[in-house]
Order: sequence, then C-alpha cells, then structure tokens
Amino acid sequence: MAEDLIKECENRLPGKLVENLKKAIAKRPINQKQLKEVIKRLEEKYSYAKINPGEAIGIITAESFGEPGTQMTLRTFHFAGVAEANITLGLPRLIEIFDARKKASTPSMEIHLKEPYNKDETHLEKIISLIKEIKLKEVISKISINIMKLNIEIELNKKRMREIGVTDLTIIKSLKTELKSAEVNLKDDLLIIKPKPKEEELTLPTVYALKEKIKDIHIKGIEGITEILPIKKENEVILLTAGSNLKKVLEIKEVDGTTSTTNDIFEVASVLGIEAARQSIMNEAGKVIKDQALDIDIRHIMFIADLITNSGIIKGVTRSGITGEKESVLARASFETPIPQLVKASLIGEVDHLNSVVENVMVNQTVPLGTGLPNLVTKMKKEGEEPK
Amino acid sequence: MGKEQEHILVPKHTKLDEKEIQEVLEKYNVALRQLPKILKSDPAIKELNVNPGDVIKITRISPTTGKSDFFRVVLND
Repeated sequence: MAEDLIKECENRLPGKLVENLKKAIAKRPINQKQLKEVIKRLEEKYSYAKINPGEAIGIITAESFGEPGTQMTLRTFHFAGVAEANITLGLPRLIEIFDARKKASTPSMEIHLKEPYNKDETHLEKIISLIKEIKLKEVISKISINIMKLNIEIELNKKRMREIGVTDLTIIKSLKTELKSAEVNLKDDLLIIKPKPKEEELTLPTVYALKEKIKDIHIKGIEGITEILPIKKENEVILLTAGSNLKKVLEIKEVDGTTSTTNDIFEVASVLGIEAARQSIMNEAGKVIKDQALDIDIRHIMFIADLITNSGIIKGVTRSGITGEKESVLARASFETPIPQLVKASLIGEVDHLNSVVENVMVNQTVPLGTGLPNLVTKMKKEGEEPK
Repeated sequence: MGKEQEHILVPKHTKLDEKEIQEVLEKYNVALRQLPKILKSDPAIKELNVNPGDVIKITRISPTTGKSDFFRVVLND
C-alpha cells in the first residue's frame, strides 16, 4: 500500500525528494496514516520552495554571478609558482564560457586511460607518443636552402627520431601528402625537397616560404595537442594536455572514450552533441566557481547553460548571440551598441510591441513581472448576443 | 550503441511517439515550436533515425532533482 502512495506522489514531487522519502521510510517504518501526512507536508514544503510565476529569475541569476564576480576579478592572475600548465581561470574564463568564444584561449583536455593502462605506468611513454603532436621541426637537426639549386635540404635528427619512434618513411609519406607541388627525395640522410612551381618561375622568396611551411608539417600524433602532462589522481594516471582534439583522442584505443573530456565547449558540441555541451558548460563554469571558493547556486548555472544551448547550437550571451535575438529593438539597444541597433531597426521599419521588461522601463510603464504580469482580458460579446 | 551515447557528458536520448508528444505539449501547455531545439545532425541522436518535428526526451541526471526529463524538438540544420 505504501508503495502505491509513493508512486502516486512521484508525479508531483521531484525524483530526489521521493528517493529520500523512500530511504527514510526504509530506516524508520511508519504506518499508512503517517505516510499520508508526511507526503502532504512534503508537497506543501515543496510548493513553498518553488519560484513564483512571474518572478524575474534572469536578473536574480545575473546578480548572483555579478556580485561574486567582483570578488573574483581581484584574485585573478595570481598564481605564482604553480608547476601545472597555465590555464585561463577566474573571471576571464567565466566570460569566455558565457560569451561562447569559438576559440578557447587555453584549450585543454583531461584524458583518462582504460584499464590496465591507467594504473600501469610502463605503457605511459608509448601512449603519450601516440597522442602528442610531433611536427617536422622537432625531428630535424638542420634545415637550409641551397641557393644554387633552389631546393631545401633537411638533415634529420636520427637520435630524436628513434626516441619517439618515427622512421624516414613516415616523414617522407607525410611530406608527400602535404606538399602536392614539390618533389621529395632522400639521399644519404639528407632530405631534399625541390619545389615544382606551376606557372611562374621558381624564386628564392617562394622557396623560403615553403621552408617555413615545411617546419610545421604534422608527422605523428594528434593535431593540436602540443603538451602532455601526466598526473596521478586517486591512484589513477590522468593525462592533462595543452591543446585539444576530442574527436581524434576518443578514437585511440587505449583512451577511455567515456570519461575523457575537453574544456573546449564547441568541440564537445560537435563531437558529443548539444546536451553534452550543456553539461560541459555547467562543469566548466562550476569549476571556475569552485576554484575561486565562491558560492553560487547550481540552479543559476543550469539556467544559463539551458539558455545558451536552447536553440540547438551554442549561442553566447552577446549581441550576436542570445541577447541579439531579443524581439524588442529597445531591449537590444540597451545591451550593447545602441546606435547601430536603432539605425538598423529604423531602416527596416521594425516595430517594438513593448512586451518585455527593459523597453517598458525605458518608457516608464509597468513591467510585466510579478504583480505587473497579469492583465485583464475582456470577452467582447458578439453582435446580437445577450450579456450574461 | 555508438561511442557518443556512452560518454559521461551525454544523457539518455529517446524518441517520443505521436501520443507522447501530445502529452508533453499538453502538460507544459506549449506549442511544438516553443520547445528547445536539437539539430537533426546532433551526434547524440544520429542512431535514433529522427526527422524534423520529432520530439526527443532527454533524461538528465540533475544535481538538484535527481532524474529529470527535458524535451527538445528536432530541427533541420
């Protein structure tokens, strides 16, 4: 019987409350009548905790971030002597997340490894060499231009190549795929690259430009991942990286594809979808707030994450993102760049219906919030109809 | 199931049938176009075989309420 009562209240109460109720009952059995009373009280308390219709939750969220944000600014950029990789933290990072900047200023990944690689450190070197990006300039000892023959001569660093497990063949192969318009030859440990111009005559500047380009050719590993720092966390080895490439990293078979993450939210959205991006926004913003020892309710972060991902793609809180999509011209003008907004709106003849908050504040009218929200609606009688 | 659905960041996505869609719209008193959106090309739903206008139920593990349901309507990109 008790199960029926609990099942019945599941529709009206959030799951976590019902779970807690079940646990409490298991510990201390109560009779039917008591349970009914408990559920009644629970529902009452829950309805008090609910936010009122018409409450301006947006401004509450803004203030909840704004006030601790002022504290945060003072404590940013002060981490002298930290040995770990330099990652944007504090207010700059929070702004980056909420503005949804396409390029994170310090992309970074947290790579978890599968069993047994996460405990066993003997394979670590090999896995790191699989992931870390190696460019050509790291495996050469000398690169020069032969002015007479107008070609580029590269001396390979055999010792370094052995260390990271790269052979001549892999280098030549990646050079050949990258350089469509050049001839690649290996002659007694000297790699000779002869550019083949299509139309114009070969000149020194073009050869020089090619030489600079060659240095950055990708040889091995995953593109974008420039540094790897293994750290030990709760008996498990985790790889922290500078640079991020979630898609490629998840494809590596030693990597745990279910827990490895990146701090680049756009990458999460494109690889794992919009819901994962929402979770990622919450995690990243939560991390900043926790780092700074601030106390912002998780509901505010959830609210912003929901807004940013509402349209199925990530839209920041900027004039080109969700704020720019406001219906009202005056509301948009009140955010950023007022004059261009007004000029643009007048050119296409936009109408402002004064449906929301900011524009009503501007024209000194009651804002549709709280007690200002309800309106009187009159049902007009039809012609010939008797009034009721 | 693909790799995407197993990742810890990805909550469970399920496709709703016609009747369930009506129930959702009635419960929250909204029109289909007022629901939050999800793109048809979203990696998390690529194995559900969806069309624009379908509604996806997302069972999130919420830090405040335990399990909670969220709904998104499928859009063409």
